[in-house]
Amino acid sequence: MEIIVYGIINSITLSLMALGFTLVYSISRLPNFAHGALYITAGYFTWLFINKFAGFPYPFAIIAALALTSIIGALIYRFILIRVRGMEISEIIASYAIGLAILEGLRWGGLRGMTFTLPTFVTGSFNIMGVSVDYQRIIIVGVGIFIFIVLYLFTHFNRIGLALRGIAQDERAAMMLGIDSDMTAIVSLAIGSGLAGFAGVVLLPLGNIIVEVGYNVLIFAIAVCVVGGLGSWGGTIIASFVIGFAQILTEFFLSSHYQMVVALLAIIIILLIKPSGLFGKQKELEERV
Amino acid sequence: MEMMRRERIDRGIKVRTEGIYAISSIREVLYLLGPRLILIVGMISLPFILELAPYWKRVVNIMCVYSLIALSFDFLANYVGLVCLGGAFFVGIGGYIAAIFNVYLSFPIYVSIPLATICGAIFCTLMLLPCLPLRGVYFAIVTLMYPLFFTRVIEALNILGGTNGITGLSSFPNQYVEEYTIIIVTLLFLFGMRRFVTQDIGLVLRGVKDNDQAVRASGISIAYMKSLAVFIASVMGCFAGAYIAHLYMWSGISLFALDFSIIPIASVVIGGGGTLVGAIIGSVILVPLSEILRAFGTFRIVIYCIILTLVIVFKSEGLMIYLQRKYHQFERWVKV
Repeated sequence: MEIIVYGIINSITLSLMALGFTLVYSISRLPNFAHGALYITAGYFTWLFINKFAGFPYPFAIIAALALTSIIGALIYRFILIRVRGMEISEIIASYAIGLAILEGLRWGGLRGMTFTLPTFVTGSFNIMGVSVDYQRIIIVGVGIFIFIVLYLFTHFNRIGLALRGIAQDERAAMMLGIDSDMTAIVSLAIGSGLAGFAGVVLLPLGNIIVEVGYNVLIFAIAVCVVGGLGSWGGTIIASFVIGFAQILTEFFLSSHYQMVVALLAIIIILLIKPSGLFGKQKELEERV
Repeated sequence: MEMMRRERIDRGIKVRTEGIYAISSIREVLYLLGPRLILIVGMISLPFILELAPYWKRVVNIMCVYSLIALSFDFLANYVGLVCLGGAFFVGIGGYIAAIFNVYLSFPIYVSIPLATICGAIFCTLMLLPCLPLRGVYFAIVTLMYPLFFTRVIEALNILGGTNGITGLSSFPNQYVEEYTIIIVTLLFLFGMRRFVTQDIGLVLRGVKDNDQAVRASGISIAYMKSLAVFIASVMGCFAGAYIAHLYMWSGISLFALDFSIIPIASVVIGGGGTLVGAIIGSVILVPLSEILRAFGTFRIVIYCIILTLVIVFKSEGLMIYLQRKYHQFERWVKV
């Protein structure tokens, strides 16, 4: 029973981490290696708003932090990535360098140790089917499902969302219909960073805000995206359940040190068996040489 | 209004030195040999110049180590099209294997370094094999993960000395051996790789980068070519790792540290990607800079990343290509 409950929670956690990365990649084909950095940045901003500008209520702090993170994402695209768009090597190096600069800058600025924690939204815990779960984890599951629904509605019933999907499916045809490719890329990066930040704000109350978490998040996000098929949304959710349950099972039967091993093994196995991921059918020819 | 534009023309001497006429006069010979001699003589005489500053002699060793890793990054990225975000992976594997051979199996140093280089390279190639038949960002992703992954595994399982690392590797017999090993190997690899990429096989590798379908249509296996390239690159990386483990007489998880991944990338981008010499020039600039900035701690990485981003966005050709242009060509203004 514990396995099922915590498996679901872990899976939703992973998919929250991965959603921003997969959104940016599916729309603008940019591997955003600064994803983990944005996750930490949002948590740090929230902490800053609460503790340094006294009197900021928690919800407002979160909203302000998310807005700032989205703006950072948009600025990264507008001033840096837009100039190297299409050059794969430069895209990867530039986004990775930005992410590293943010993370190591924060580490240098003193973001280490146990001092940086966010309060949970609601403290306490209750029992589901004999398993004790604290409210924060319940909120994560609720928020995760809520985000999936909002994203689905946004991309199916909204002009901007439809434009994003158009660019994702066929960039040239979408451009012929008057959709601005750079504009959608900016929007996608803003939303992607916002989602990374959102994941950070929701998940970070469970632990400390430390730089290493940023690297882990990037790796888990990438693992989920590769297993699900880069740029496939349905695949991302399925893959996060696969990896999430695999992690919980190894944690239950072996030890919690193996989370990273599971993520990496998942990538290796999927690259060996079905490189385009669980749901990346139409891209198979494109990616396999 | 008269429009002017800048025109670039090859220097006469450059054209003359392209064929057999290069040996017609001492001037042409010097034009060809000059830059190469400056590099070789400069590198070889560095330990003598720095005789009075022993600390900086150490820096020269580290500089050569970074040049080797940068060379392997440059080769993989600009000749085969594989972006390796984890140079630290090669370094760590090379260092640990050297430590295993030297400490656990007590091989002498002149056996353990070559053996670690070859075994490490085979191991790295095998580990990277799953992502080689694929296009796209997979190689970058997997190489990004491996150094973190191995750090975690070593910490978690507490194998190979755990967080303390393996101590007690034998050192080099004397300081000159220590220095000239790495300097000569770096120069050999530099000129060897320059020769290698102009051979037929180098052409095929560039074909893999630019148009893999054409290579495949010629009946050449892309996965094989890529794994060969990865093997060559990891030979360089693993040698650097084995050397650095013996230099510090210690091999620990800091061999998987971020420095070994990011400084080589930065030096290639600054030095000029695709020139191979640029990798060395970049590390000659960056590594002493990093020693000067040592007081700043991890802030150094921030500085590299900012330099890296600025160069890649605004001046992506790099230093070496700029210098080559100035050396081989002259400019003049002409009417349009």
